[in-house]
Amino acid sequence: MLSYLWARLFTLFVSLVLSSLIIFILIEAVPGDPASFMLGINATDETIEALRKELGLEEKILNRYFNWLIGMLSGDFGVSYTYRVPVQDLILERLIVSLPLTILSLTLAIFIAFPAGMIAAQFQGKKIDFSIMAASQVGIAIPNFWFAMILVLIFAIHLRWFSAGGFYGWDSGIVLGLKSLTLPAISLALPQASILSRVIRSSILNTLTEDYIRTARAKGLSQRKIISKHAFKNALIPVLTILGLQFSFLLAGAIIIENVFFLPGLGRLIFQAITQRDLIVVESVVMLLVFSVILVNFIVDLLYLIVDPRLRK
Amino acid sequence: MLKKITEYFAAVLILILTIGTSSAADKSITIGMQLEPPNLNPTGGAAAAIDEVVYANLFEGLTRFKSDGSVAPALAKSWTISANGLEYTFNLNDTVTFHDGTPMTAKDVKFSLDRARSEDSTNAQKALFVDIDTVKIIDALTVIVTLKAPNGNFITNMAWGDAIIVSENSISSLETAPIGTGPFKFSKWVKGDRVELIKNETYWGDQISLDRAIFKFISDPTAAFAAVMAGDIDAFPVFPAPENLSQFASDPRFSVIVGSTEGETILSTNNKQPPFDSLTMRKALAHAINRQEIIDGAMFGFGTPIGTHFAPHNPDYINLTSNSEYNPELSKQLIKEAGYDKNNAITLKLPPPSYARRGGEIVASQLRNVGLNVKISNLEWAQWLEQVFKGKDYNLTIVSHTEPADINIYARPNYYFQYDSKRFQELMRELSETTDPKKRSEILKKAQTMISEDYVNGYLFQLAKTGVANAKINGLWKNSPTQANDLTGVIWSD
Repeated sequence: MLSYLWARLFTLFVSLVLSSLIIFILIEAVPGDPASFMLGINATDETIEALRKELGLEEKILNRYFNWLIGMLSGDFGVSYTYRVPVQDLILERLIVSLPLTILSLTLAIFIAFPAGMIAAQFQGKKIDFSIMAASQVGIAIPNFWFAMILVLIFAIHLRWFSAGGFYGWDSGIVLGLKSLTLPAISLALPQASILSRVIRSSILNTLTEDYIRTARAKGLSQRKIISKHAFKNALIPVLTILGLQFSFLLAGAIIIENVFFLPGLGRLIFQAITQRDLIVVESVVMLLVFSVILVNFIVDLLYLIVDPRLRK
Repeated sequence: MLKKITEYFAAVLILILTIGTSSAADKSITIGMQLEPPNLNPTGGAAAAIDEVVYANLFEGLTRFKSDGSVAPALAKSWTISANGLEYTFNLNDTVTFHDGTPMTAKDVKFSLDRARSEDSTNAQKALFVDIDTVKIIDALTVIVTLKAPNGNFITNMAWGDAIIVSENSISSLETAPIGTGPFKFSKWVKGDRVELIKNETYWGDQISLDRAIFKFISDPTAAFAAVMAGDIDAFPVFPAPENLSQFASDPRFSVIVGSTEGETILSTNNKQPPFDSLTMRKALAHAINRQEIIDGAMFGFGTPIGTHFAPHNPDYINLTSNSEYNPELSKQLIKEAGYDKNNAITLKLPPPSYARRGGEIVASQLRNVGLNVKISNLEWAQWLEQVFKGKDYNLTIVSHTEPADINIYARPNYYFQYDSKRFQELMRELSETTDPKKRSEILKKAQTMISEDYVNGYLFQLAKTGVANAKINGLWKNSPTQANDLTGVIWSD
C-alpha cells in the first residue's frame, strides 16, 4: 500500500513540474504586451518602456520562469501587473467565493442526485424511474446560464427575494454571504445533479447483476435493503471519479455563471487577466487549477482505498 | 417531526430573505460600471475605469472639468499667466488636507508634476506635462510653473485625471488604497465586485450630500439589466446595452440619461498602406459610408454624425459631414479612377467594443456595395494594440477616441493612422503657441477642415453617453467631457 502511495505522490510531483513549464511557455507565447495594454493609445514609447522595466518584463524569459517557479514553492506567486498586488492575495480573495460556491453546489447536487439515482435504480423500468430520468435529461439539456437568468427573473426582478447578483463579502456576515451564493449554486447544481444521478443509477444497476447481490436476494432482503446495504457501496467508485471531475470543473468552470451573477470568483479573475494580458495571474491561476485537479485525483485515488479493500493489498 | 423541520426551514428562509433587503441609509448611491479598474491610480495607467471611480470624488488636480466641459478652479483657487505665456502662477486653496490629515501644499504640487514628467514616469498621458520646464515653490500656497514654450492648453491639461495632485507619503498605496484630497475617502475594495468610498468629513470645499458611494462592476449586459431592474444598482451612467434603454424609459422608476462624450468614433485608415495611401481611395471610402445607417444599426440611434475629428458640442466645432456625404455612385467612380484591384483584400480589424463589432459589420457591407473586397477580423484589445496600434498592420479599424480635445494626435506622423502632413503639424505648433481664444478657435477650425479634406480617416459619429438612473437621483453628469462619475453634486429627491 505504501508503494502505491509513493507512486501516486511521484506522479503528482512530476505532473506539476511539467505542467508549470507548459503553462509558462504557452502563455508567454500569446501575443500582446501588458504594458501597452495598461497605458492605452496616448502613451509614448518611452513610457511603455519605463513600465515594462518596472514590471520586470525586460528580464530574460528563462529567468522569469525560474523566479516564478521558485517563488511558488515558497508561496510567493509574484505581483499582478495590472492590480499591483501579490497574486496569491488575489487568488485567495477569489477562492473564498469560488470554493464555497463549488462546495455548496456540489453538496446540493449530491443531495438531489443520490436519492434520485437510488430511487430510479430501485424502481428500474417503472414510471418513477422514467420520470427521474426524463427530468435529468432536461437538467442536462438546459444551459445553466439560461436557467440562471430565469432564476434572476423570478427571484430577483419579480419577487425581489434575492439580489440579481454580486457578492456581499463574508465580513458582512455568513448569512448574507450564503444568500449571494444561493441562486448561483442552484444553477450550477442542476446539470451536475442530473449527470450524477444518471451515473449513480447505472452504476447501481451494474452491481445488481453481481453474484453477491443474488446471494443477498436469496437471503430474502428487500430491494431497498439490497441497494442501500450492498450495491450502493460497490457502486461508489465510478461515482467518486465523476465527483472529483465535477469539483475541479466547478472551481474555475463557473465563468459564465459568475458573469451572469457578477460574482468575483476565480473564473472571472482568469477571464479578466487574459484580456488584460496580466500573464503572471493567468499562469498562477492555471497552475493552481492544475494543482487542484491533480490533488483531487490523488484524494479520489485514496478514497478508492477506503471504498475498495482489495486495493489496500 | 416533519412539521418541526418545515417550520425550522421556513424560519431560516425568512431570516435569509429579510437580511440585506432593507436598504442602507438613503444617503448612499450604488453606481454600476461595466469594467472594473485594474487599480485606483490615475497617474499610472490609461484605463478609463480608474477615473470613472476616482475623478473629482477622491482625487483633485489644480483645475477640473465641469459637467459642461468647461475648466474650473479646483485645488488652485486662482492663477495668473505672464505676458509671454510662459509663467503660470498658481494660488492654492489654503485649507486643503489629504485624507491622511496632512495639509496639501506647494510641495505636493511640485512633487506631483515632477513625478509625472520624470524619466521613469509611467503616466499614460505624459504629453500633458511635456512643455513644463520648471516647477518652483514660492511659498506654501504659491507655485510657479514655467513652460518651455507657450501652451494655450496648459490650464485644460491640468484638469485631466492624469494630472491629479498626490502626496509623496502615499505613493506606495495609490494603486490599492489611494489617498487624495477629494470629498470622498477610500473605504474598501472587494476585488471583482465593488469599490466603496465614504464621505470625507473634513473636506475643504462644499460639503456633499452623499455619505457613501459604491461602484459595482458588472460586465455582462444582461446581468447589468437585471441588476438595474432588481434595484441593486441606483445608476448605470454608461449602460452597456442601448437596446434596453427604451424599456427603462417606459418605466417610471427610472430615468434614461442621454448625453454626449468626447468619443469621436472613426474608421481609422492606414494612410501609408495601399490602397488607402491614395487620397482618391480615401475619398471613395468616405463617400461609401452611410453614417445614419451605422448609428441606427449599431447604436440604436444614439450618436451624432461627424465629418471631422472634433466633438459637435464644442463651440469651435464645424459641421463638415458634407465633405463625405453618402454617395455610392461617386465612390464607385473614384475607386475605378484609382485603379483598385479587387483581388487585394482590405483588412478591417475590429476591437471588442460593440460600437466597433456591430458598426464594423455594417461598414463592411457598405464598402462591399461599392466593390471593395473587405475582410473582417475580430481582435482582443491586447492584440489590437500589438497589431494595429503598434505594428500598423491593418487597412481599416474602428475606434472611439475618447480623450477630450485630441485633434493634435494628427500631428504625430508615427501615430497608428500615419498621417504625415507638414501643414497640419505646423498648424498644431501654431495652436500651442497661441493663447488668444479667438485666434485659437480659428486655428482649430482650420485644422478640422484640413483633416476632413485630406480624408485622413472615415469620420463616423460622436459616441453618445447612454445611461439609466433611479428617477429620484439628481445631479449626475449628463455629458462626459472626461470619463468620470463626478458624484459631488448628486442628491436624492424625496
